[in-house]
Amino acid sequence: MELCDLTLHEIKDLFAQKEVLPSMVMASVVKRIGEVEEKLGAYLALDLEAALAAARAADDRIKAGRALGVLDGIPVAIKDNLCQAGRETTCASRILQGFVPPYTATVVQKLLDQGALILGRTNMDEFAMGSSTENSAFKPAKNPWDPERVPGGSSGGSAAAVAAGEAIAALGSDTGGSIRQPAAFCGVTGLKPTYGLVSRYGLVAFASSFDQIGPLAKDAEDCALMLSAVAGFDPLDSTSVRGTPVDYTQELDRELTGRTIGLPREYFGEGLDPEVRRLVMAAVAQLEDLGARVVEISLKMTEYALPVYYLISSAEASSNLGRYDGIRYGRAAAGREDLAAYYTRTRAEGFGPEVKRRIMLGTYALSAGYYEAYYQKAQQVRTLICREFAEAFRVVDAIVTPTSPTLPFRLGERLTDPLAMYMSDVCTVPVNIAGLSALSIPCGFARGLPVGLQIIGRPFAETTILNIAHQYQKVTGHHRARPCGTGHDRAEQEGGSPDEV
Amino acid sequence: MKFEAVIGLEVHAELATATKIFCGCATKYGAEPNTQTCPVCLGLPGALPVLNEKVVEYCLRAGLALNCRIADFSKLDRKNYFYPDLPKAYQISQYDLPLCRDGFLTLASGRRIRITRIHIEEDAGKLIHSPEGEGYSLVDYNRAGVPLIEIVTAPDLATPEEAVEFLEKLRGILIYLGISDCKMEEGSLRCDANISLKPAGAKHLGTKTELKNINSFKALGRALAYEIERQSELLAEGKTVKQETRKWEEAKQRTLPLRSKEETQDYRYFPDPDLVPIELDPAYVAAIAASLPELPEARKRRFIEGYKLPEYDADLITGSKHLADFFEAVLKFYFSPKAASNWIMGEVLRLLGEEGLTPEALAVNPAHLADLLRRIDAGEISVSQGKTVFEKVFRTGASPEEIIRAEGIRQISDEARLRAVVAQVLQTYPQSVHDYLNGKIKAAQFLTGQIMRETKGQANPQLIKELLAEELAKLRP
Amino acid sequence: MRVSEEEVRRVAELARLAFSEAELRQLAGEFNRILEAFAKLNEVDTTGVPPTAHVLKVKNRFRADQIRPSLPRPEALRNANAVKDGSFVAPLVME
Repeated sequence: MELCDLTLHEIKDLFAQKEVLPSMVMASVVKRIGEVEEKLGAYLALDLEAALAAARAADDRIKAGRALGVLDGIPVAIKDNLCQAGRETTCASRILQGFVPPYTATVVQKLLDQGALILGRTNMDEFAMGSSTENSAFKPAKNPWDPERVPGGSSGGSAAAVAAGEAIAALGSDTGGSIRQPAAFCGVTGLKPTYGLVSRYGLVAFASSFDQIGPLAKDAEDCALMLSAVAGFDPLDSTSVRGTPVDYTQELDRELTGRTIGLPREYFGEGLDPEVRRLVMAAVAQLEDLGARVVEISLKMTEYALPVYYLISSAEASSNLGRYDGIRYGRAAAGREDLAAYYTRTRAEGFGPEVKRRIMLGTYALSAGYYEAYYQKAQQVRTLICREFAEAFRVVDAIVTPTSPTLPFRLGERLTDPLAMYMSDVCTVPVNIAGLSALSIPCGFARGLPVGLQIIGRPFAETTILNIAHQYQKVTGHHRARPCGTGHDRAEQEGGSPDEV
Repeated sequence: MKFEAVIGLEVHAELATATKIFCGCATKYGAEPNTQTCPVCLGLPGALPVLNEKVVEYCLRAGLALNCRIADFSKLDRKNYFYPDLPKAYQISQYDLPLCRDGFLTLASGRRIRITRIHIEEDAGKLIHSPEGEGYSLVDYNRAGVPLIEIVTAPDLATPEEAVEFLEKLRGILIYLGISDCKMEEGSLRCDANISLKPAGAKHLGTKTELKNINSFKALGRALAYEIERQSELLAEGKTVKQETRKWEEAKQRTLPLRSKEETQDYRYFPDPDLVPIELDPAYVAAIAASLPELPEARKRRFIEGYKLPEYDADLITGSKHLADFFEAVLKFYFSPKAASNWIMGEVLRLLGEEGLTPEALAVNPAHLADLLRRIDAGEISVSQGKTVFEKVFRTGASPEEIIRAEGIRQISDEARLRAVVAQVLQTYPQSVHDYLNGKIKAAQFLTGQIMRETKGQANPQLIKELLAEELAKLRP
Repeated sequence: MRVSEEEVRRVAELARLAFSEAELRQLAGEFNRILEAFAKLNEVDTTGVPPTAHVLKVKNRFRADQIRPSLPRPEALRNANAVKDGSFVAPLVME
């Protein structure tokens, strides 16, 4: 196995033993990028020269035993909606082409302060709107397990990069499943933190009341390390929550005995791929074997989550995206003779069809005469969804569901049908509506494609869901499967999952 | 038919905070374009607002001073529209839950003008139009994000004079509170007016117009008066008033309709998800209420009762916090309230007026005026000499003592010496003495003038008046 | 509730977007399918249910009134499409 296929915690241990240096890991990652990036399109921009220089500086620190933190010398990728001073940030949109932020997002600064090597900026659906990364204005990203299929979205580039060994770990953002669904599609572990846990300062907004930044990594332990590095109060984000720093690895090794896991029947109904069902149920059985008590629960509001999500997120997006007018930044239409025409041309040329669709939907939902029927109604139903989750969490410690009802689909398959595309998010959006914590872990392969298990936790109960995920990963090997490189070739996965470790 | 005007005002005041409402950029007026901006107030992607605590405090001060009910729960909303001076394409404002509502301000007549609401919001940037035909505008975002309060009145004002009085009183209160410098010429106080007419005594309101671009108190009065005349004429001719926004044209002293776009505004207000609600602790509100300074009304009462000033004097002086502060500072050095009041209302305002200055610009050291008053009372110099000295104090900042010494100003109060001068003048002008004794009282003025001439203006006028009366009496047959 | 093409055009104007006639027709169709599916929300009785704008219980997040450095002007202007006299250039605004 190549260094680039190792987990963050494995590399960290090798650094501690001084057997491996950051430059060696970088070299491995750079080599892998050279081998697969052209095929996968995981990155929109690579920043390898800066990362290599940073690696050399990290080498000295590691050799001297003076690492800045667990991330020191670790090559990571960041989604292209996180601002970094001096680096073009496009959100995979033409309208932001050429935009170089004069400031750095809080999370990116935290990574830099801890010595992480930022490899580049990953591909995504334009403005994080989409579930396949096909809405990238520049190029679609591909699923490393099958390049004819989508890596999921919107953090598809981050998920593909981690799965393929083009990064050790990555940051993504999750508004309605944009970390978890691509994590599931690419066979990696992805965590959406509780709303308010990670600062959004410097994250280009899609839907402000849902957006959260979180890690995509090779296993739950890596996610815990990444989360510990980026979580915490930020005075620059009014919606970030105060609290003392938490070590999210602290409960990883706890046994599952005494934990109660809820299985909501509404997530296992119509539209669920039977293979996905089979693998998720097998994982549930595994959790039971590990000592967890599994109870069936009912979340009756689930079917309303999708409209609530799309109405509110589009409404917020329609407002958040008003600023792209070609005056202060970004690409502008030619000619400045008429103000309204200038705006309209700039925006009509700069935004892609899905972004326009959502701006239209959101503008409509907020406009005079429709506000009560759509936006307000959705916010009321949102209250009921929150209440229902709160009720459920009086009985259970975590809720387990499929991450996506289907396997990764083929490129182009759902592009013409927005509603079918929106259905991809049916299992993930309720979590954002209620601001809960959740993660997705690989739970097996069907037809050679990864399947994800979603574990939903109470607000700020990241240690609990990471504990469940880690205990599961201790006895299973799905998270160790790699689509690229030697050792775990894709061919080995055909026809079954490597359950036996 | 006789019409009554129904007027309501919407007043925007920039708050005198050090930083903007949602970021740490300075709010200094007059800086070079775009030197007081950051990712937040430029609306850069990813930047987030954090509310300045002083903005809430200042709004509450205004609300409490204007007798408002303070909301226990309040929030910020986005008002969405596209305009180059609005960097995020939405203004963060307050929609349905303003910080303050249901207050009032009382006019001199005793009429209460209801204040519907006071809310906080961010200002927009400034557009500078290019020279004719160049086809572009320049945008300066220094002002974008400067905190504002918007004060909305009920349509309770009946005349332009009332509207001007309201705005003057409101300005006084905001300045007393120390929350805004309220300079209309710098745009830190702005006022739009709604006005409609209805037949005298009628219940229902007529169609209103909204007046914009009112840049001074005078303009407010004139724009409203113009609009009353315009609407009266229309109604008298049986025509209707069109509901529209009109712009006051200062140069031509008229209102004109603003080019109205076909598109009706639809601001799509919704709660700003980037900002959390405000829930005010009653103890916090009570502490702010307790910390309010004395306001113009209370100070006026105190001036009438404590300093025995006539109501007219008290009203005029407390109308400006600076004048009232100056007045009380003078009293600290020399306690003679009525004299101080006379000098402020007379000489101080006259000289300010000549220079086109507002009371805020008054730079006279109060100790100097006090010293001057003391010297006059002591008979050291006369009142008219005092006025000459004060003008020099006002213009140069020198002390009265320095000026008196340099110019050799003094007053002759030596009775024997003056009596001799009087006697000499009476001898020189027997015709005037004759006239006076025959009932032409005015002749005394001529005689006084001659005595002053003889003494180079330094004679004590009071003493001369007495001595002249005595000497003339002696000549009576 | 059917959304007409006219309605879609009005919304596009409000959002400063422009579409061809064919796009408008398609968009109206999509709108109607999406809103039809979303009409499901009307099944839910929300009488007396308060809306949730924030999932957090956080309130009163303030910052002190302390000046922080602004961007150097070249940084503030560097992403602008056109700059003149230290200002951003916008289309002519008529009043």
